[in-house]
Amino acid sequence: MSTVQETFATTKSPSTELPAGKSNALGRNLSLLILLVMLVVPLFVRNFVIFQITMVLIYGIAVLALNILTGGSGQFSLGQSAFYALGAYTSGILMEHLGVNYALTLPVAGMVCFAAGFLFGFPALRLSGIYLALATFALAVAMPQLLKLGIFEHWTGGVQGLVVTKPDAPFDLPISQDAWLYYFTLAVTLVIYITSIFLLKSRSGRAMMAIRDNEIAASAMGVDVSLYKTLAFGISAGITGIAGGLGAIAVQFVAPDSYTIQLAIALFLGMVVGGVGWLPGSFAGAAFIVFVPNLAEEISKGLSGAFFGVLLLVVIYLVPHGAKQVATFAESLIDKLRKT
Amino acid sequence: MGSRPAQQFADPFHVIAPTGYAVMQAQVAQGTATAAAPLLTVRDVSVVFGGITALNGVSFDMQKGQVLALIGPNGAGKTTLFNCLSRLYQPSAGDILMDGVSILTRPPHRISEIGIGRTFQNVALFPNLSVLDNARVGAHSHTNSDIISDSLRLPRSRSVEVAINKKVLRILDYLELTHLAHTNVAGLPFGTQKRVELARALATDPTILLLDEPAGGLNHEEVYVLGDLVKRIRDERHITVLLVEHHMGMVMKIADHIVVLNFGRKLAEGTPKQIQNDPEVLKAYLGDTAK
Repeated sequence: MSTVQETFATTKSPSTELPAGKSNALGRNLSLLILLVMLVVPLFVRNFVIFQITMVLIYGIAVLALNILTGGSGQFSLGQSAFYALGAYTSGILMEHLGVNYALTLPVAGMVCFAAGFLFGFPALRLSGIYLALATFALAVAMPQLLKLGIFEHWTGGVQGLVVTKPDAPFDLPISQDAWLYYFTLAVTLVIYITSIFLLKSRSGRAMMAIRDNEIAASAMGVDVSLYKTLAFGISAGITGIAGGLGAIAVQFVAPDSYTIQLAIALFLGMVVGGVGWLPGSFAGAAFIVFVPNLAEEISKGLSGAFFGVLLLVVIYLVPHGAKQVATFAESLIDKLRKT
Repeated sequence: MGSRPAQQFADPFHVIAPTGYAVMQAQVAQGTATAAAPLLTVRDVSVVFGGITALNGVSFDMQKGQVLALIGPNGAGKTTLFNCLSRLYQPSAGDILMDGVSILTRPPHRISEIGIGRTFQNVALFPNLSVLDNARVGAHSHTNSDIISDSLRLPRSRSVEVAINKKVLRILDYLELTHLAHTNVAGLPFGTQKRVELARALATDPTILLLDEPAGGLNHEEVYVLGDLVKRIRDERHITVLLVEHHMGMVMKIADHIVVLNFGRKLAEGTPKQIQNDPEVLKAYLGDTAK
């Protein structure tokens, strides 16, 4: 826009001031508070708990990726475990066979999975709803077996899998490996979370959400439906791949049977519990899939699965929209308290 | 709803059209042309679904600055023609030219960028998005961004966003929707949703605005407010309007030119007065015994 038009526009436009809108992110103050808590937590808990929180962040990234796909562009996937596996193996192989630094393996894992997801997105264009869910389900079922194939065995370690070395804290920082890995994961999480929010609030993100809501109308507005659907698949797979890579480093082990359809379903569950389409909820959902099975096991060793099911039912019955609903409720409660 | 089938069709007129346009321009230059070049030309368009002919050789011209109404009894082919214009259907014969250039080689998502905006019969908004975001999606085709600069909120992406907001906020203000900017459209009354859809269509910067039964579902008063709004949009924003409408009161009040379809054929064409007195039209609407 030229300066002439610019001045014209500013003199002409009567009301560019808008009331503040709701967003799909948390408020600034709350976000900073949570970040602060996350930064100091490792100082007060045991290493095992630090490891568990690290896993919450990692699964949170993977759930967030699914949230971009389903909540953002309206496509279902039960095949996220396949991309998670691909990312984990990419990182594992790069570190153990080629001696690449662990931090550098993550962008590579992300790019490999982005490409895989983008390519998978093309056949997915012909499917929608539950049919797409089934196609991705097939992908998730096939992946562990593909990883066991003899021809890849030299690289993947076959059924045995690969053992990954746990990185030490750099610069001789006086913190444990677990704590270092936690901070590293937290930094990666933060970057992915912020860029994802930026993406969904941008022109590209709106195009995806428009497709989710009405494909024909989106197309009439000039949105290239095929392009944005495949892009959403690529982005989601890419982020899942980064989570997979982080998971491999944190668990120090990659094996085909860690990445079965159960993982894909757990991620799906995390998304539902966190609230579909609400990005902060991804981490609440991840906490649910990491901690609640343990909780169920504490209630009863023999019937842990059944108790997990009961707990899940209770959550879905009480808050069908997941953590998003809880947050909205808390927000309105705080508003009320402020007014009185 | 693929773009693929649309691209498969060879377009016989595409090569000829620019030449025809050039000839016409030459005529204008020599002062020999009688009328201004039409903005939109529908030429012998036929659409066949299976064995049923929904449109049969329909032709008409649309002049710049007109409000052209497309009317006809149910099943006459109005919406079919409308969907050909927005490239949801591919005509089996004939051509549609805008400024002398065929639009039939374009996939549906590349129609808004040449200035054809539309609304839908029963409102096709994005229900989970706010009024503001709905309108912002309308600005999609005239802007450019990529996922990397969007995710990192690079200056490129930010300046696009500023431009989109500036344009969209002015349109919301024009249609008195500013106070609803952050409201989700799903909960809004039907009449307001129609206005949001209009805002979204205006955000595509249309030269031609296609309105599919805008009065449907509105009460008496709302219909007249809408009629005035359409006229205002035509006069103040210099947008040519093509209207498919059942509401005869509104059509007769705001249309400059009317095309009547019946059983997929063009029955009559003319000014509202001519159409009101056309015996063929009366027969189609009221049956043989009337008169």
